[in-house]
Amino acid sequence: MLEAINLAAVRGDRRLFAGVGFSLQGGDLLYVQGANGSGKTTLLRMLCGLVIPEEGKILWSQEDIRSEREAYLQSLVYLGHLCALKDDLTGLENLRITEALAGEEISEPRAMAALQGVGLNGYEDLPVRVLSQGQRRRVALARLALTQAPLWILDEPFTALDKASVGSLKTRLEDHLEDGGMVILTTHQEIEIKAAVIKQVALAEY
Amino acid sequence: MAFAGINWFKYSSPASFYPVAGKMIPWVASVAVILAVIGLYFSFFVAPTDYQQGEAYRIMFIHVPAAWMSMFIYVVMAGYAAMGLIFNTRLSAMMASSLAPTGALFTFVALWTGALWGKPMWGAWWVWDARLTTELILLFLYIGFMSLEAAIDDPRRASRSSGLLAIVGVVNVPIIYFSVKWWNTLHQGASISFDKAPSMASTMLTAMLLMTFAFWMYTIAMVLYRVRCEILERERHSEWVMALVEERK
Amino acid sequence: MLAVLRCVMMRDLILAVRRLSDVLTTLFFFVIVVSLFPLGVGPEIEVLRMIAPGVVWVAAILASMLALGRLFENDYRDGTLEQLLLSPQPLSLLVLGKVMAHWAVTGVPLVLVAPLLGMQFGMSAQGIGVLLISLILGTPAISLIGAVGAALTLGVRGGGVLVSLLVLPLYIPVLIFGAGAVEASVSGLGAEAHLSLLGAILVLALCFAPWAAAAALRISLD
Repeated sequence: MLEAINLAAVRGDRRLFAGVGFSLQGGDLLYVQGANGSGKTTLLRMLCGLVIPEEGKILWSQEDIRSEREAYLQSLVYLGHLCALKDDLTGLENLRITEALAGEEISEPRAMAALQGVGLNGYEDLPVRVLSQGQRRRVALARLALTQAPLWILDEPFTALDKASVGSLKTRLEDHLEDGGMVILTTHQEIEIKAAVIKQVALAEY
Repeated sequence: MAFAGINWFKYSSPASFYPVAGKMIPWVASVAVILAVIGLYFSFFVAPTDYQQGEAYRIMFIHVPAAWMSMFIYVVMAGYAAMGLIFNTRLSAMMASSLAPTGALFTFVALWTGALWGKPMWGAWWVWDARLTTELILLFLYIGFMSLEAAIDDPRRASRSSGLLAIVGVVNVPIIYFSVKWWNTLHQGASISFDKAPSMASTMLTAMLLMTFAFWMYTIAMVLYRVRCEILERERHSEWVMALVEERK
Repeated sequence: MLAVLRCVMMRDLILAVRRLSDVLTTLFFFVIVVSLFPLGVGPEIEVLRMIAPGVVWVAAILASMLALGRLFENDYRDGTLEQLLLSPQPLSLLVLGKVMAHWAVTGVPLVLVAPLLGMQFGMSAQGIGVLLISLILGTPAISLIGAVGAALTLGVRGGGVLVSLLVLPLYIPVLIFGAGAVEASVSGLGAEAHLSLLGAILVLALCFAPWAAAAALRISLD
């Protein structure tokens, strides 16, 4: 479904990577690996259509993602290394607004349930400003319980999470993969996620 | 422009454009010098003295071509910027950024010579004439373009951002011109329009056209020179530049 | 599509209400700049009446320019702008929503306080009326044009000063017709022509600025 062909990225005058290619089917998990500064985040943002590839192209259902942008974005969730939360809004408001902008209106009870699903009972109505780093990360991750999108692109999703949250995120990813979803992620932690097909892209090689 | 005869697609890669530009520079530069010498001779010796304005009017032979070039270059620059954004060609973005300093220079020359001309004619260095004011705003637009490009570290983003700004600017230039013109006619009295300039003798026209072409050739030579530097800087890690450096050693 | 427009606007309005001090800063800046002029040029009411339209307009432009930094910068820093770009809705529509909210919290207060300043400068009731209309038509155009500059300078060193360099020249037509409308009405020429042109600029800005700002955002987040 998702196919990357011969991707290359340049930052400043440094070539981050070149010749990156892979294809993902439903149920596939892709690890993007590499040292700091090897261009992992750039590759993920490129796969979201935020960064224009210097060379190569990205296909979603055989269509270039730049020509079919809206259809592609509909089937994509990207969680970056920033939590993308507004400090002055509550967790509940953040979640509902983010989802509404992504094209899905979420009722309050559903959003509540999603926040409780990541263990934030009692924190729903507090401004995100007062939450800890790990709790903020969990608010961002609550989106995964609400979205219909098949393709998840996650940049270091396990950072700042406690052990229990790591476990439940792992289960969530496995469930998604089992349902025929796709996951692309970068991580520095040693976490074993079960999936039918596990692929790897190692950026240091390029 | 003068490169119209060249197959652009063949030379649109920096690597193949670099040597071509290098070969063109001496020719274009010498044409510029020759035209300028003839043009200046016409301007200062052949063209008759103006019976109203005396000898001072001769500054017009610099002023008018410079003002023409300043606007023309902005439009060309925006055209290259648009090409760079639409077709994602590296060379056109470099051309746009190489044109900006020359455009700004001509804008400044036009303002400066306008002031020199205004002092004996109007008795003031500066009047809020519609054209002078628009020219001043044009200088601001050039400065904005160059500052934006200089402020962004990533060269790709720099050229695309400043390119978009050039396009926004070129849409605005006519609006600005007409609004300033209207503003000016509503505040009559402070200014004397250029429109009342005496009709031109044919030698005057010849001199002005010669100077315009000289400026034109100068622009092309300067831009080619600058774009070569730009190419080398941006492609300094590419194989062909490395090979070139090896060769020079 | 309209639901998304409303969603973006509501979001930014809620954020502005929770950070009311930011809104008030712009307003006070406007009032203070205008109040400085009598101190600079002297208290003769004739002189003040003559320069009033220009002074109010220039101050309004400077104040809304000062507020441009908040339009995208905060969203850029916390990553929500990135998510906005990943929305399957047209980005120019989202930008339009943001600009409208921005105008509601920066432009509208300026419009509301302008009559008071007009009175300080001894303007006639008719002049103040036209000033109000010209500001209502002109300030949204200023926000729209400013959005392009704000998007271009996102995350750039010295972006705050740079944005003024980029957008101030583009504000000139708005300034000319805005201040010109008041002057024309005071001198008995009638302000209709100026106001229609101001309206035309607003329509043009509505059509092109969101699109250009969206393109600039895509470039800036690349």
